[in-house]
Formats: sequence, C-alpha cells, structure tokens
Amino acid sequence: MKVLVAVKRVVDYNVKVRAKADGSDVDLNNVKMAINPFCEIAVEEAVRLKEAGTATEVIAVSIGDKACQEQIRTALALGADRGIQVETESNVEPLVVAKLLKGVVDKEQPQLVILGKQSIDGDNNQTGQMLGALANMPQGTFASEVVVDGDKLNVTREVDGGLQTVSLNLPAVVTTDLRLNEPRYASLPNIMKAKKKQLDVYSPADLGVEVTSHLTQVSVEPPAERQAGIKVEDVDQLVDKLKNEAKVIS
Amino acid sequence: MSLDFDSARMPNPNLREEHHEWRTQLRRFIDSEIIPYAEDWDEAGHIPIELWPKAAAVGLLGLGYPEQYGGISEGIDSWHSWIANEELARIGVGGIPASLMVHGIGLPPVLNWGSDELKERIAPPVLAGEKHIALGITEPGGGSDVAQLATTAVRDGDHYVVNGSKTFITGGMRANWVSTAVRTGGEGAGGVSMLLIPTDAEGFSRTQLDRKQGWWASDTATLYFDDVRVPVENLIGEENQGFLVIMTNFNGERMAMAAAMEALGRVCLEEAVEWARERKTFGKRLADHQVIRHKIAQMKQRLNATQAYIRVCFETIEAGNPNPGDIALLKVQASETMEFCAREAMQILGGIGYMRGSRVERIYREVRVNAIGGGSEEIMRDLATRQYGV
Repeated sequence: MKVLVAVKRVVDYNVKVRAKADGSDVDLNNVKMAINPFCEIAVEEAVRLKEAGTATEVIAVSIGDKACQEQIRTALALGADRGIQVETESNVEPLVVAKLLKGVVDKEQPQLVILGKQSIDGDNNQTGQMLGALANMPQGTFASEVVVDGDKLNVTREVDGGLQTVSLNLPAVVTTDLRLNEPRYASLPNIMKAKKKQLDVYSPADLGVEVTSHLTQVSVEPPAERQAGIKVEDVDQLVDKLKNEAKVIS
Repeated sequence: MSLDFDSARMPNPNLREEHHEWRTQLRRFIDSEIIPYAEDWDEAGHIPIELWPKAAAVGLLGLGYPEQYGGISEGIDSWHSWIANEELARIGVGGIPASLMVHGIGLPPVLNWGSDELKERIAPPVLAGEKHIALGITEPGGGSDVAQLATTAVRDGDHYVVNGSKTFITGGMRANWVSTAVRTGGEGAGGVSMLLIPTDAEGFSRTQLDRKQGWWASDTATLYFDDVRVPVENLIGEENQGFLVIMTNFNGERMAMAAAMEALGRVCLEEAVEWARERKTFGKRLADHQVIRHKIAQMKQRLNATQAYIRVCFETIEAGNPNPGDIALLKVQASETMEFCAREAMQILGGIGYMRGSRVERIYREVRVNAIGGGSEEIMRDLATRQYGV
C-alpha cells in the first residue's frame, strides 16, 4: 500500500508569534519554522504502517516555496521514503492546496492519504475534507486510531460526544487528531540519510492546477491582553460581582 | 525579541539545513527523555542505565565516530558536535552530559592509538550504549602534572601487573573499561603508557565520590589497582608513548567543554532575563533598572566573544590546522564567561536563584569543575604561552 502524507511548514509551536506593526500579517522574520504538529503525527502514522509491513512506500508532500523542502527533509528523516514539493508562493489557501494534492494523488495513486486535521497557523481544518471530496475518496477525520483491515480502513474519530468508528473503503483520506500517536524524533543517521532521498519538485501547471485566490486577509492583530484578576473579600462580594458586574447569574 | 537560549546565539554561516535539523531533533530527545527527570537524577546522584542505549539510538553517542564501529561519521563535522554540546548543556545539570558522554574522553585513545583488535572489541558496545568506558589520568598524588604519575604497570609475561590508584574519574563507577595512564618506564613523560584496564579484573576496586559541589549526577570515582593483571594486548599505542596519547586527547575535550560552558552561560542569561522582565522592584521591572540592564549587556557581550572564539577554533579544526594554545585559552575564556554569567544571573535572581532546583543555582555550583577539570585555567595559560614560544 502506497501512503501519501502531507506536511505543512508553520511557525514552531514554541514560538510566541507577533503581529507585524502594520497589522498585515504575522511577523515571520527570524522565526523558527517547523512541521505542523498534526502533520508530524500523520508522518508518524504512515511510518508505523510501513514498519508494520502494511505500507510499502511513504511519500511526503508539501506545498509552498523552496523553504518547505526543510519540512519534507524532516519527514524523510522521520522515515518517509521520498518527497514531493509542489512549488507555489507561501500562503496558498486550503482549496488550492486540496486541488494540488488531488493532482499529486492522480499522479501517485496512493491507497491512503494522511493529513493533519488542521495546521496551527491558519487553523482552517478544511484541506483533508476538500481533498476527500475532490478525489472522490471516503474520509475519516480527527483520527485517534487507524486500523487497516484488508481493503478497508477502520478509523476511530474523536467527535464531540466521544469516539466514533467509521469503516472506509480504500483508497481513503485520513486526518489526524492529537492522540493518534506520539511522533518519534529523528536520529542523526536518519537525518544524514534523508539528505540523499529523492525529492521531486512539481509546478502547479505540472499537475494541471491553476493557483487562484478567493480569500483576502484583512488584518492581523494580537489577542486582547488579559486584565489581572482581583481577590474578593467574601462570598457575598463574589455573588454580587457575578450578578452585577459579570452578569452571569441573576 | 528577547534574550533566550536561541536568540542569544549569534548566527554561524557554517551551519546548514541538516545542522538545524539535528538541533531540532536532539532537543526533542532531550526535552522528552532527559529534562523532565534531570533534577531528580541530580538529587539521586545517578542516571538510569537505560539512558545510554537511547542516546545511542538518537545518534548522540556515535557522533563523529567511525561508521565501522557503529558511529556516525559520514557528513559529520565539528558543527554537529558543537550543537550536541550546547543542547546537552541546556539541560543545566552538568553531571548528566559529563557522565553520559564520558566515552568522549575514554574512547578516543583506543580509536586513535589502539590495535584493530582492541578497537573492534571495545568501540561497538560503547557506541551502542551497552558498555561504558572512562579515562583515568589524575591520581591522589597529583593531577595536572601528568608526567609525574605514580601508578605502575610492570610487564610479567603476557601481562602487565598494575598497582596504584586514580581519582576524580568521571564515569568511574559505571565503567567496564578505563583507559588508564600508567608508568611502564623511567621517570618523567617518557615512561608513561596508556593501558585499557577492564574493571572486572581481579584486584580492581573503586569507591564513589558522591559528595561533590556539583555534577551530582555523575558517577565520579576513585579507582584502586592492587596487582591487577592486564593482558599486553590492552596496551593503547606503543609502550612509553602514553604521554603523546594523552596530549592528543585534550583538544577535543577542551572544545567540548568550551562549547558547553558558553551554553551554560547562555542558560544563565536566559533565566536572568526572563526573571528581570517579570520581577518588579521599586515600582518598575528589574529589567528597567540601569544596573540590571548593564549586567545583562555584559553577560551578552562576553557570550558573544566566546561564541565567536569557539567558532574560529572549530573552523581551524575543520581546516585541519588547530592551534592547541588558542584552544587552551578558549577553555579559559569559556570558564571565565561561565563564571561571570553564573554570578551575575544569581545576583539578578536573588533569593530565588539561591534555592535548589533552578538551573542557575546548579550552574553556579558547577563553575569550578569546569574551570579545573580538563586542564585548569592556570595550566591552560601556561600551556598556551609555551605553545606560543614565549
């Protein structure tokens, strides 16, 4: 089984992001970038499928400018076999990403596509679902467990009410939730080996996709600063404040 | 922008993508496998033995060693080592890297000067983290003056018979082998040999030196040799050529220590700046008092100079022409910088810095072992002036 995994380059989750002074975007100057954590979980799941003998090949794909090759290399160091970069400007919107991934799916014919459920920058949570629709593949989103069962895939999903298990016909699309697995760290030998693995670069035109834009970012501003709390003297004062200031009880 | 461990590191144009990746992955390893337990290990005075195979798997133990013995050398350079030493220092518990990476001083004599049989027998299990090797030079009767060491090895047929003792031996309690400096010939440097002594040999015994100012997590030991019979195949290099073996070992050790000391100073800066930005005194942040701002600037200035000096020395090593005098003085530069940063950070942290459990408190206690071990500041200055032909 061939597995395609999508990885996105985002600001490292440890970084405290700041808005640019003109409010046009997040300031990415000198900021550490990394694989989106949900995408890393996707890579780990694919590599585990390979180690279990279920997957025969794991292909890591990223969409963006040349810098995203770093994240593809990370995926290769974690155990993916080869990489594909679809070269675009950065900040491509989810629908275009899904169309480009559909192009890669048509080219590679994977049995399984694994993506993060969302990326920690845009938090759109759209690409996997859109890809499923475009490629006419069943989808199991927010996966906390993935079990291959012959030509079917049982995906346990984390939904509001608890856990839901769906059975999908392969080929299928899966998006990962946080508890699916704990990604490994790449060893130094694997980092060095990753440098030699195959990495193909396609243009959107190679995949027959036109990059368009339907979304405009209007402004980016930091969240309001939290005000310091106060200590109330007694329960009466607490009730009074909840009633008359916060107006959460009547 | 703040002055944290990463942003206080000046750019290094020698670093490529795979170096940054190595730092990222190694940090993940350290953040998940070491840092949550580091303080407990330090207080307990030892590291669990399971850490070694894990460190081997991530590539830490094999870093820079020949592939044929299980190391990783292809495409590896000084910059990978610098990163490893920085990241291990970032833990802020000096006894952990000291003990975990002690093969960094114990194994090179075997690999650089030992027979093929010895290398094949010793290096693979050490680099896999299954066996442990230490370096035994210092004696109860003297340390820095290597040429005067008194432990003797007398040839008797196919064996040497070793008598004497070694002390302050990092990793000594756990070691399966000790690369040991012994006297096989006459007085002075010309009578010294290096011998690999197995610690399961009859007549070998050891006691732990567990009451130390710092490096609590390190299993430092005194070793005793009482008619220990060691096969002659365990001789490292030629007989009476041990002084050369010892001297060639030092550059690598000093570079590793300098890299770690600069990073430890940077940890102090990071902790001090974070505190100074939060703590309010006299109606404003500590960081808004000029006297504190100057401390921060002075720390950063010295760290910058040390980073640049380290980089130049690694560049000369990469170019194949290191200057031992410059490296000796780098070690002094680094320990003085670490000492300054530990002191100033402690002044900024005040009472909270004095409490057990903070990285600065530990680093403060571990200044001296760095300023003395691996060649004291005094010996380093003397060595440098001799190297410069003064």
